[in-house]
Amino acid sequence: MRYSALSILRNAFKGNLGWTPAWRQPEPKPHYDVIIVGGGGHGLSTAYYLAKEFGVRNIAVLEKGYLGSGNVGRNTTIVRSNYLLPGNEPFYEFSLKLWEGLEQDLNYNVMLSQRGIINLYHSDGQRDDYLRRGNAMWMEGVAAENLTRAQLKSMLPFLNFDHARYPILGGLLQKRAGTARHDAVAWGYARGADRHGVDIIQHCEVTGIRRENGVVTGVETSKGFIGCGKLALAAAGNTSVVGEMAGLKLPIESHVLQAFVTEGIKPAIHHVITYGGGHFYISQSDKGGLVFGAEIDGFTSYAQRGNLATAEHVMEEGVTMIPGLSRVRVLRAWGGVMDMSMDGSPIIDRTPIDNLYLNCGWCYGGFKATPASGFCFAHLIAKNDPHPVARALRLDRFERGYEIDEHGAGPQPNLH
Amino acid sequence: MASLITCPHCGTRPKEEFAVRGDATPLRPDPAASDEAWADYVFVRANPRGRTFEHWQHVAGCRRFLVVERDTVTHEVYSVTDGAAFSRGRMA
Repeated sequence: MRYSALSILRNAFKGNLGWTPAWRQPEPKPHYDVIIVGGGGHGLSTAYYLAKEFGVRNIAVLEKGYLGSGNVGRNTTIVRSNYLLPGNEPFYEFSLKLWEGLEQDLNYNVMLSQRGIINLYHSDGQRDDYLRRGNAMWMEGVAAENLTRAQLKSMLPFLNFDHARYPILGGLLQKRAGTARHDAVAWGYARGADRHGVDIIQHCEVTGIRRENGVVTGVETSKGFIGCGKLALAAAGNTSVVGEMAGLKLPIESHVLQAFVTEGIKPAIHHVITYGGGHFYISQSDKGGLVFGAEIDGFTSYAQRGNLATAEHVMEEGVTMIPGLSRVRVLRAWGGVMDMSMDGSPIIDRTPIDNLYLNCGWCYGGFKATPASGFCFAHLIAKNDPHPVARALRLDRFERGYEIDEHGAGPQPNLH
Repeated sequence: MASLITCPHCGTRPKEEFAVRGDATPLRPDPAASDEAWADYVFVRANPRGRTFEHWQHVAGCRRFLVVERDTVTHEVYSVTDGAAFSRGRMA
């Protein structure tokens, strides 16, 4: 069923009894041309673009939980393309362009809101660093704007401008950045993929990868063996666990990142704002809740829950930036498992096994990449050749000395 | 994550006194070892879902590097060893 204003009206008059499920609940077939492990945002978008753009039929997405149960439903919904390095910026800009056409493409309202992101800076050195990043964005054809302290004071009067340690001197603005409703992204891609014939199989955990003569022949799952022509891994925080089933050695550590939402308040914060004295970022959802987060907890974890010391630290950062936050009550907190790579940048590449493809290392920036990650991964799987904007995201870049280290933190995943 | 870490030098302390460096299991290769061995050491991680060994530094205490053995799913801490003792144990 195609959604439109007319379909909403028609169903309203029929008591909303005419809606049908957005995707099927198929049983697995014995064999697929392509199996994608992981029914998160990236797995679903990969399936969607494989079917729609690259004409691959007979695809399955295997998800061990339910759709939207992982990081695609746990992030802080920020969409942006304000990166520094040439290996990253064209990729994320490609992603933002896909975001801008996504609702029409999917016929699904992902509630993309291009409200702008403002990265605050607090010292002369940090200003120079941010302006350099802004200039790097311009060189890739992406607009960035420097906001002075006076401009910020009229735009965001609630900020703590005269903090003794971290006074706010200005900010870097990307106007086209914003937020999107993350559940709708998962559901929209799932529905789109399903309409192109993709089998989305939930509650189907991969327990082993069967190989013969050096190639993958299928996967063992909680619903039995399923054969495949090509296998694509998009398992996010569990990449190392699934990768080990195929004997892959990966530059990945799993870490937990927490996010928080407050009670709903009247419209107060109209942008995405990030704090340069730490890693704090905040926006306001359409329901009125303030959605925010900051650093990962710092130790490796596969548990989808964080610890209170980090929660306290995040709150402190928030209140340092916006003192008024201290009067707002936090409603919920949750954690997601991040596949932190050794340079803070992702991997979309082939593996030493011919028909096994890998998509991982999204650290805590995977949500904004969802469309481009799927598109580029689908390109790689269908053509066995990387998409031009994802050429730098190679698995072997570490040993070859071509890391894409945005923060210059070195091979220390808990610092990215 | 367990809230308390028992430092072999300082006793049971809140975990906020400690800084996490990372995986303690990779063995530093010989300086003349192959590029591949060095790349493995610097970049590749086993990243187990379960029992792991990590370097934690007691920055607000004795400042010694410790090796904390814990579970990455349940966060249970099994043992805490002084880093030097841990290394000597592995060399032996």
